[in-house]
Amino acid sequence: MKTYSSSVYVNVEKCNGRMMCMRICPTEAIRVRNGKAELIVEQCIDCGECIKVCPNRAIIPATDSFSDLSHFKHTVAIPSPVLYGQFGRDVTPEMIQGALLKLGFNEVADITGACEAVSLAIREHLENYTLRKPLISSFCPTIVRLIQVKYPDLAELVVPFESPKEIVAREVKAQRSKELGFKEDEIGAIYLTPCPSKMIDIKLHPRKEKSFIDGAISIAEIYSSVVALMAEMRNVTPPEVSMNNVSGIGLEWTMLGGQTASLQMENSLAVDGLKNVIRAFEDIENGRLRDIDYIECHSCPEGCIGGSLTVENPYVSRSNLIGLMKRYGDEPKRSREEIQGLYNKKFFFTERRLPVTPRQRLDENITKAIEKMRKKDAIYRNLPQINCGCCGAPNCGAFAEDVVQGVAQITDCIFIYQERLKATGQEMLRLLNKKPGYIKD
Amino acid sequence: METLFSQQFLVEGGDFRNAGNASTQIKTILKQIGIPGEVIRRVAIAAYEAEMNMVMYAKRGVMTLRIEPMKVEISVEDEGPGIEDIELAMQEGYSTASPEIREMGFGAGMGLPNIKKNSDEFSIASTVGKGTQLSIRIRNRVVQSE
Ligand SMILES: Nc1ncnc2c1ncn2[C@@H]1O[C@H](COP(=O)(O)OP(=O)(O)OP(=O)(O)O)[C@@H](O)[C@H]1O
Ligand code: SF4
Ligand SMILES: [Mg+2]
Repeated sequence: MKTYSSSVYVNVEKCNGRMMCMRICPTEAIRVRNGKAELIVEQCIDCGECIKVCPNRAIIPATDSFSDLSHFKHTVAIPSPVLYGQFGRDVTPEMIQGALLKLGFNEVADITGACEAVSLAIREHLENYTLRKPLISSFCPTIVRLIQVKYPDLAELVVPFESPKEIVAREVKAQRSKELGFKEDEIGAIYLTPCPSKMIDIKLHPRKEKSFIDGAISIAEIYSSVVALMAEMRNVTPPEVSMNNVSGIGLEWTMLGGQTASLQMENSLAVDGLKNVIRAFEDIENGRLRDIDYIECHSCPEGCIGGSLTVENPYVSRSNLIGLMKRYGDEPKRSREEIQGLYNKKFFFTERRLPVTPRQRLDENITKAIEKMRKKDAIYRNLPQINCGCCGAPNCGAFAEDVVQGVAQITDCIFIYQERLKATGQEMLRLLNKKPGYIKD
Repeated sequence: METLFSQQFLVEGGDFRNAGNASTQIKTILKQIGIPGEVIRRVAIAAYEAEMNMVMYAKRGVMTLRIEPMKVEISVEDEGPGIEDIELAMQEGYSTASPEIREMGFGAGMGLPNIKKNSDEFSIASTVGKGTQLSIRIRNRVVQSE
């Protein structure tokens, strides 16, 4: 498998510097230099906004492809429940799982049961929790990155739970290696992902030693194969699947409000869209929302069904999934006692606490940082402050910071450039008109 | 004491749409400078409560952030109705907020007490009919002694 430090990269051939990605990036992690977009990896939170907005499809999600899987002896597809909502109301998870087996996976592991268990465990956790509130859901890796990079003080509020996909991968690998005699690393657990963010979470796994998932394939990439295979299978009885106990409650997990709905708690919020999440985080930092117990955050509008690697319109997906939820019912698969037992055994907890990596500091040295802040302020005051972007930075503030940090030159601003040119021109004119001393008037 | 950095922020009374912007900018500056998280947390709460009071009760005001070697200071000066009985206003739960403001989730009468709780030094002065001034200081050692 490849190694990445960021979930996206720029295809320089395709990029023609239209700056749409630079303007939309919520963490100002993109610059345009020499007419091409460049990514500042440390600042990227993998939200996928740039992928969605690029007219040339020049921003590429760094997911794996199906051909990367050949070296495993046993492959397990772990589809995000988002996949179940991509194909229409009459298409059931079993049919999709059947198509995935046909596609070449040895096994499909459903995660809706784990989603249900995790949401019930959150309820358990909230009942035992007495410290600072609100707790923040930790299942959108972009939101977790946002906290690590920009809101380090909120890190202690992130629910210390493993994601359902990791729990399923962990359990499947343990079981199959026992039953089938494979070593754990001969089993490839492949997540079918709605976004590049989940992929990078698998690669960087900030809260554990190693992810149990070995790779991620984009839902958009396998979409057409799944459609074709399901059409082929229409007349055949669907092949058997290993874990077809889909949970109706778990199907809701990836949609906005899905976690809080299954929590059945009044004091919770569900927030979608990075802008809104940022607003909520500012509120928490300002001491508001203290009477809220839990806040479910999704970077994408409508939740993961709005992820950048999905195909179906999120509103249609929602309607499809709601149809499926009715079919599977809302009876929990596990009893409360069972969940309590697992909770007490630390079944759901991550290995480590969330580390923070604040990226906002102007300098490691505080005195130097203050000096830079002063300089930045002075530069900013002299800029036109119209955020035109011609300098290659998303706004005048970011440009002033780039200049202070030495990664841009003040004359990259065309207005400053023009002023300097004018001043030089006037000086030249003055010199040209100046009569040397030996010429008499 | 020497001022290492300072910046002013204007706050408009009644402008709920932009309420909180000044505090957000103050927080961003402190994060960029590298002020410790627990100090930022206290400054954020105090600045936000002071900003909201100006939005809710005053005509307009100015918030000034000042960073000194041993402390972060927020001073607030507004033009507005002023506070008649400061001792009463400082009591937890005392509020003159309108029902509309209470609808918006404010008006618990906790703002000023919270500002005081989060600052190491706090002073408040007010002239009825003219305006209110706050001075909020939070200890923070920026310059290490060599
Ligand atoms: N800047 C100000 N100008 C005029 N009156 C003020 C100002 N700040 C506070 N007050 C008065 O003091 C009272 C108490 O203020 P405090 O901030 O403690 O509570 P609150 O604003 O009413 O409610 P909360 O802050 O909990 O939302 C206010 O209701 C108001 O009457
Ligand atoms: S909301 Fe879901 S799809 Fe969107 S970035 Fe977060 S995890 Fe990915
Ligand atoms: Mg108040």
